[in-house]
Amino acid sequence: MSRPIIEVRGLSKRYRLGAIGATSLREEFARWRDRLRGVNHADKQDFWALRDVSFDVLPGEVVGVVGRNGAGKSTLLKILSRITEPTSGTARLRGRVASLLEVGTGFHPELTGRENVFLNGAILGMTQAEVRRKFDEIVAFAEIDQFIDTPVKRYSSGMYVRLAFAVAAHLEPEVLIVDEVLAVGDVEFQQKCLGKMQSVASHEGRTVLFVSHNLGAVHTLCSRGIFLKKGACVTLGPVDQVLEAYLRDGHDPQAAAVFSPTEPALRINRVNCRLEQGRPQLEVDLTLRSAAARRLALEFLLLTASGQPVGLAAAGTYHPQECVDIVAGDQDSTWSVDLDRLANGSYQLVVQLVDPMVQVVARHEVPQLIEVCRAPLGDRKRALELSWHAGALELTCRRR
Amino acid sequence: MNDSQREIVIQPTRGLRFLDWRELVAYRDLLRLLVWRDFVARYKQTVLGPLWYIFQPILTTVIFTVVFSQVAELPTDGLPPTLFYLCGLLAWNYFAQTFQSTSSTLAANAGLFGKVYFPRLIVPLAGLVSNVISFFIQLIAFLVILVVYRVSHPGTTVGPRWEAIVLLPLVLVQLAAFSLGVGLWLAALTAKFRDFTVLAGFLIQLWLYVTPVILPLAKVPPQWHIYVALNPVTMPVECCRRLLLGTGWINQPLLVVSLGATVLALVTGILVFQRVERTFVDVI
Repeated sequence: MSRPIIEVRGLSKRYRLGAIGATSLREEFARWRDRLRGVNHADKQDFWALRDVSFDVLPGEVVGVVGRNGAGKSTLLKILSRITEPTSGTARLRGRVASLLEVGTGFHPELTGRENVFLNGAILGMTQAEVRRKFDEIVAFAEIDQFIDTPVKRYSSGMYVRLAFAVAAHLEPEVLIVDEVLAVGDVEFQQKCLGKMQSVASHEGRTVLFVSHNLGAVHTLCSRGIFLKKGACVTLGPVDQVLEAYLRDGHDPQAAAVFSPTEPALRINRVNCRLEQGRPQLEVDLTLRSAAARRLALEFLLLTASGQPVGLAAAGTYHPQECVDIVAGDQDSTWSVDLDRLANGSYQLVVQLVDPMVQVVARHEVPQLIEVCRAPLGDRKRALELSWHAGALELTCRRR
Repeated sequence: MNDSQREIVIQPTRGLRFLDWRELVAYRDLLRLLVWRDFVARYKQTVLGPLWYIFQPILTTVIFTVVFSQVAELPTDGLPPTLFYLCGLLAWNYFAQTFQSTSSTLAANAGLFGKVYFPRLIVPLAGLVSNVISFFIQLIAFLVILVVYRVSHPGTTVGPRWEAIVLLPLVLVQLAAFSLGVGLWLAALTAKFRDFTVLAGFLIQLWLYVTPVILPLAKVPPQWHIYVALNPVTMPVECCRRLLLGTGWINQPLLVVSLGATVLALVTGILVFQRVERTFVDVI
């Protein structure tokens, strides 16, 4: 099937800044009077939360929407969920849509868990027959069998959230729209939710539109991505590409070059990752600048694209004697970091100057991602890939 | 599956939009559950439970009997004051409760409406239906009191007419339609202007006094009848009395005025509500 299941064309949404929040009759009257007199003050208060956004989603695709706060992600989901109307443009959704913008919408504290499952199911668009059919599954997923006939106001917040997510997870829509709901519950339950989302997408072939700040989750779940910035769609494509664009966007290379007059600072001139006899080496050219002579540790942090720290190479952190002598004035140096056993994939590099165990003096996030690509170690047949989600370090084991 | 073929088109709506019947029917399970939730949740953790449905009108009747009948000595159409007030309150309470639950729809459910889509009209409709349940509970209480009265006063002419079985539901339908219409207007207005929240509470208090609940319509000077009839709640209240106690004052032109006002309120109420509902989450 190649016909898109979600088709968005030129979608825009305008908010009148003055009209957000309740206005009183008097304000409205003043506005109306101004309009009659031809005074037009509405235009400069316009705010476009979404501007001319177009994209297609094919059936079975899992699409992640990323962007900073206020980029229009929630507005997009609200429009696609039919909670509010766009100002212009159209969106076509072919199939049954369920949206999950919040966990536990419409739960009534006085009702029991059982009663709320039915109520919540109906609110989310399930028929009673459907809920009845899946009831046991829902209760098992939420792990609250013995409390199912207790009013939910007596539930712990964890139980409440588990039950609410369980209902939502058992919706069977063709299109599922999910907003940030994974940011609830304990780690174990979050894993379970992610797993459920993954199986919804991969085994059941459902289409998912997923908004999250958890880039790790986006990376794991989604095949394609949409990067929104100030209401416009900046990048659209494979998820790696979109995440990279998103990460790069936050860093302004110019800003990093500004040295502070009092504190020591650093500037990254060049970063290069290359193979040296088959072993990946990171080469970093940098400039240190300081007003006075100092002794500081220099740290190289590697993070995955989703922000998980992977490793730390440092001069001075592990042993004070290794600290770098910084002289007054500018000082260029080249450093190399061994990335021997690192899994193939993209990493983020952060370089910082640290007064060990006291404070970070200067921090610089390198805008571009570092690509590690190496051959299998020794006589191994494969090299670990970050995309396996099995880890970032290749370890060894042997029989004793 | 039929649903799979359905295509949802999201775009700015131009002009006014009336009801989408198919969608309302598709969400009938939600309607049923909301009615049931209203009924169950309201009296959880109360000792008397659904008995509150009966106590509220009975206590009001006792107060009315003491204040208006005993102290102020207002006439009650030659009826025993208890039956007179109780019967009037039966119709009035249905109107007042439905009006209040409908007018608070958007403001009270802003959280829910901001997170999930379903036809917004389902919520006021659920309120309307659950008030029908309380109407029937109160009707039964009224009939019990009426039977007690007839047994203790043999030979009295006070009593229900047979037409009531057919006509009483029609009266209820008119009341429901009118209270829904007016309530939707208020709901739409409160979504935008909070001034109307204050007005809604105040309005219903004043409305009681321009409706013949405390006084029989027959007591109102004839030259004022037209003004009283412009209040569309007047005729249903009088009809209720005529059907259940046999003394109401019914006038056909006034009935037509009342029905016309009801249709007008309902149609415009739905249109205005549907207009506001589209983007009200942005304003609330």
